Amino acid sequence: MARYAMVIDTKKCVGCMDCVVACKTENNVPEGFNRDWINFESVGKFPELHMEIRSERCNHCENPPCVHCCPTGASHVSNLGEIVLVHHDLCTGCKACLASCPYDARFINPEGYADKCTFCSQRVEKGMNPACVSVCPTHCMYFGDLDDRQSEVSKLLTSRKYKTLIPEAGTKPHVYYLI
Amino acid sequence: MNSLSRRKFLKISSATVVTAAALTGTLNTIVKSADKINQKQEKGIRKIPTYCDICFWKCGAIAYVKDGKLWKVEGNPLDPLSEGRLCPRGTGGVGAHYDKDRLKSPLIRKSHRGEEKWIEVTWDEAIDYIAEKMKKIKTNYGPEAVALFSHGIGGNFFKHTLKAYGSPNISAPSFAQCRGPRDVGFRLTFGEDVSSPERTDIRNSKCLVLIGSHLGENMHNTQVQEFAEVIEKDASIIVVDPRYSIAASKAKYYLPIKPGTDLALILAWMNVIVNENLYDKEFVENYGFGFEQFASEIQQYTPEWAYPETTIQPDVIRATAREMALHKPATLIHPGRHVTWYGDDAQRSRAIAMLNALMGNWGRKGGFYYPQSMDVVGYPYPEYPKSERGKVDNPDNKYPFAHETITTGIREATLTGNPYPVKGWLVYATNLLQALPNEEETIKAIQNLDLMVVVDVIPSEIAGWADVVLPESIYLERHDDLNVEWFRDPFIAIRQPIVDPPNDQKPNWWMAKKLAEKLDLGHYFPWKNIDEYLENRVTNSGYDYNELKTKGIIRGEKQPIYFDEGVPIEFPTPTGKVEFYSLQLAQAGFDPIPKYLKPKEGPPGYFRLLYGRAPVHSFSRTQTNPVLMDMMDENEVWVNTDVAERYGLENGKYVRLKNQDDVVSNKIKVRVTERIRTDCVYMVHGFGHRSRALSSAYLKGASDAQLITKYEVDPLMGGTAMNVNFVTFEAEV
Amino acid sequence: MNELYSTRNNNLIDPYVHVWGWEIPVYLFLGGFVAGMMMISGYFIFKGRYKEEKCSCHYLPVISIIALSLGMFALFLDIEYKVHVWRFYTTFQVTSPMSWGSWILILVYPALIIMLLINPNYFLKEKIPYVKKINEFFSKHPYLVKNIGIGNMILGGMLGIYTGILLSSLVARPLWNSSILGMLFLISGLSSAAAFVHMIAKDRYERELLAKADNGFLIIELFIFLLFFIGLFTATQVHIDAANLLLNGPYAPVFWVFVIGLGIIIPLIIQSLAVNHKIQHTALAPILVILGGLFLRFVIVEAGQYSTWITTTLAK
Repeated sequence: MARYAMVIDTKKCVGCMDCVVACKTENNVPEGFNRDWINFESVGKFPELHMEIRSERCNHCENPPCVHCCPTGASHVSNLGEIVLVHHDLCTGCKACLASCPYDARFINPEGYADKCTFCSQRVEKGMNPACVSVCPTHCMYFGDLDDRQSEVSKLLTSRKYKTLIPEAGTKPHVYYLI
Repeated sequence: MNSLSRRKFLKISSATVVTAAALTGTLNTIVKSADKINQKQEKGIRKIPTYCDICFWKCGAIAYVKDGKLWKVEGNPLDPLSEGRLCPRGTGGVGAHYDKDRLKSPLIRKSHRGEEKWIEVTWDEAIDYIAEKMKKIKTNYGPEAVALFSHGIGGNFFKHTLKAYGSPNISAPSFAQCRGPRDVGFRLTFGEDVSSPERTDIRNSKCLVLIGSHLGENMHNTQVQEFAEVIEKDASIIVVDPRYSIAASKAKYYLPIKPGTDLALILAWMNVIVNENLYDKEFVENYGFGFEQFASEIQQYTPEWAYPETTIQPDVIRATAREMALHKPATLIHPGRHVTWYGDDAQRSRAIAMLNALMGNWGRKGGFYYPQSMDVVGYPYPEYPKSERGKVDNPDNKYPFAHETITTGIREATLTGNPYPVKGWLVYATNLLQALPNEEETIKAIQNLDLMVVVDVIPSEIAGWADVVLPESIYLERHDDLNVEWFRDPFIAIRQPIVDPPNDQKPNWWMAKKLAEKLDLGHYFPWKNIDEYLENRVTNSGYDYNELKTKGIIRGEKQPIYFDEGVPIEFPTPTGKVEFYSLQLAQAGFDPIPKYLKPKEGPPGYFRLLYGRAPVHSFSRTQTNPVLMDMMDENEVWVNTDVAERYGLENGKYVRLKNQDDVVSNKIKVRVTERIRTDCVYMVHGFGHRSRALSSAYLKGASDAQLITKYEVDPLMGGTAMNVNFVTFEAEV
Repeated sequence: MNELYSTRNNNLIDPYVHVWGWEIPVYLFLGGFVAGMMMISGYFIFKGRYKEEKCSCHYLPVISIIALSLGMFALFLDIEYKVHVWRFYTTFQVTSPMSWGSWILILVYPALIIMLLINPNYFLKEKIPYVKKINEFFSKHPYLVKNIGIGNMILGGMLGIYTGILLSSLVARPLWNSSILGMLFLISGLSSAAAFVHMIAKDRYERELLAKADNGFLIIELFIFLLFFIGLFTATQVHIDAANLLLNGPYAPVFWVFVIGLGIIIPLIIQSLAVNHKIQHTALAPILVILGGLFLRFVIVEAGQYSTWITTTLAK
């Protein structure tokens, strides 16, 4: 089975939020909520500064705490490349998954269920990339199958330096940042 | 027996009249509902190509309708500007359709100008009002007394109407309030404009120098895409900015320059490059004029001289100059876009042009290319009447190098009545109160008018001061003129409606044609509707109109864009060469080689107000777009950490800014950051709306435009420099 | 200096996680409280005290049922998709302590009812014929009753520990990354229950016993706190930061004054004096202990959500 992952080149990312807007319109994300967002992290004292810009979202972890803690099985690892999804009709809105995610990637949809980035599973099913990857004007986002050695994501991870977020939390995230 | 008593007859007939009216009214509703029902019954996904209008880049877009409802907008893969990917504002374009604050019907003001009290009228009533007033003005003051302020391609038909009416006073703020100085500076040096989209060959540059340009926050799609390309290719990027912008974070060299001193740095760079013989000798020898005088004049501007002015270390100035020279001719010193900063802007842009000339990059890969366009014929119109008096904006040619109309010049004439009175303003799609400096002057000028018309999509501040407001449909709901673009790859693009406007909004071509008809100038609009106009132009130019409608874009054959591809090496300057020494400047009494002027300092305890762009907003026109406001619903004032500590400002708390003329802004959120110098503050332009009708934007953030009461006029071309205001902090009670 | 600027502003998540308000601390407290009462009444039943008229094990189950129902109601108020509440009971997710808890709670009700039926009050006995029959059945099977007592002690223990494990299984909150949280909540629940029963017990022996037991529980609780903090301080920086939230950070005043001071130490002193007959027993110490338990849940739940693994990690 495939293992989908996202690779984002922080060097090219300008933090323009196109990924956030595209996700909004593609997935009708309710107003006031973000499935993805931009983090600007800078260090140093002016003018000796260094900044990293990251487009963040649910990491669709290989060891997902949000799936382990879900009491109804709503939060689950799907068959579609191990994308982590939520069955809306099983979710009770207990918010354990919100509290268990080290990346604060989830939120409660106004309808009551836990919601988050789905890697645009409805697009991936049809062989397309997630909306954020497709729209990015700097072409800094890549999506693909880690199990496929020839995929762009696999090749990037062997050729460039990268990091994941909070690796010490043991979640084994599937979003990689090229640095 | 027909003994209907009179009364009964009247009763019946009035009933009939009433019923008839009611029936027609009902019929209208039924028909409208039928439309809506048809829309509702539509299932599935429909894609229609158009080009975006959220900013002025005009990226090719494809709009999606799902089950009859506007769903999303994506880039048109055929479009060379966007290459199939829109910027965040274009991607959020659907929000403009769903904006609940939109103007819904034509309005005529009820009481005084600026009170924002309106009566809703029909289109005929509104345009009749305008035409009547315009006819009166023509009789009493001449047609030149009506001026048009227009921004964007939607203004084309209004320009046509006004030219037919007989006025030459047509202006866009983009000249005197934005990129005018750089086009003047480049014309004086190379004889040509920088053009829009800029003719910068960023994607092939090996060294890119950005002076104040904040690509990545300034979201001109193609520029940002090419910027990302060269980042990936590890180009050497040099950024000069008082603020550590996104672009600065990508730079190999970041120069935190003191605001107002950029010209000193450029002169010092040229000093190093000339003295160390790092310039393109062949280019200068073959095509340069006045180099010896220039080389001798430049001697005084050493890096040591520049250091106390700019606060940039001499060795950094040398290192960056050498870095630039290392990669020439693929070294590009970007001319910038909005460059009306300090009052020396045309000369500073000229210095940038000269520095580029030293790199020998004009007409070369990685420098400046020659944009091409497709041959598209215009529509055959009757000739426009000639104006005896000429334009009003630049009396006595005070600004001899202004090659476009100066908006603030028209404003000045409206205020003073010199050289002749201006009595009517037509304003298309530009919020003059946020665009022109010193809003008091704009408001005073408006009070001198007999007619003030604003055509807009949202009830902007300028619309609040109008006599008549005409609501326009947004770009996703209308046709517009053809976009015949000048670019690396020539193409034509069509704008066509995807959904109906939700209320009584109309497109600009319809309004302009109606107005012309009511001005007895209908013969200037011989086509019945826009489809006829577009088809005529496209087919007469030899292209397939249906192909254009289906694909959205027709691309032309690739043309030569570099000298070595065959572009003739010509410089339309007076000497026919690249002018390092400008005779025409000397003759007009200006410095033939740019001279550095020390910027004026602000009062103690005040900080220079710098402003810029956010990638999710366009000027002051998107703050009621619900999708984009969801991204950013207010601006923040960037304050250096040390300054914040000294003044007791906390991150995330609100403060008011007071400028040197005691104007106090709306409260604005403080962003305490290391990413800015200690002598200036920064905010994104376009917020702090004070038009109550903009309910989702009302009083969100603060308006930099409100604080820009002081401005320096560029002596060469009349541009209004606006980074010359200083602010201090006032507690928010 | 590190700056982290985010464009995200999600409800309940930003500027810091606050998904659980008062409902969950109240539920956790009542859960622990009921767990304690189950263990106490289970112990008394095991010891055969159910034969006594005045044994608290006769009315503790009723109080437990009421308290637990209030807790469950608070839980119900907390969930965001209330019409789906029955989904807790269509599956069992073995990795989810919350799923364990849902099912444990389903078992707790029958356990409490059975305890009630061992020696129900007059009203139930006379009015409902079945009750009398079951009661007679129990009187004939003392070993069964003993086991019921043990069962309730175990189930009560599980309930108490589960309230802690519920939190400690949530990776993302460093303050809760301690498996001793389960013991902490159990002991706190026991001590709250012991204080309560001491306060309302009709039987003098039980009152004295429970006061002494409570003192023991309070001392153990202090020791567990010590282990809890040692565990955090010998883990990673984020855990040290989390621990400091309670010890000298924004939650320190509430923690030291209401949880430790008024919740444990002062009542411990008062009750020790009372148990040694230096002063009279009053309701003051038990009330402080109960309030301390409530405050403990509030502090742990709130501070836990405030603690985070996210630090600015960029090196220059």
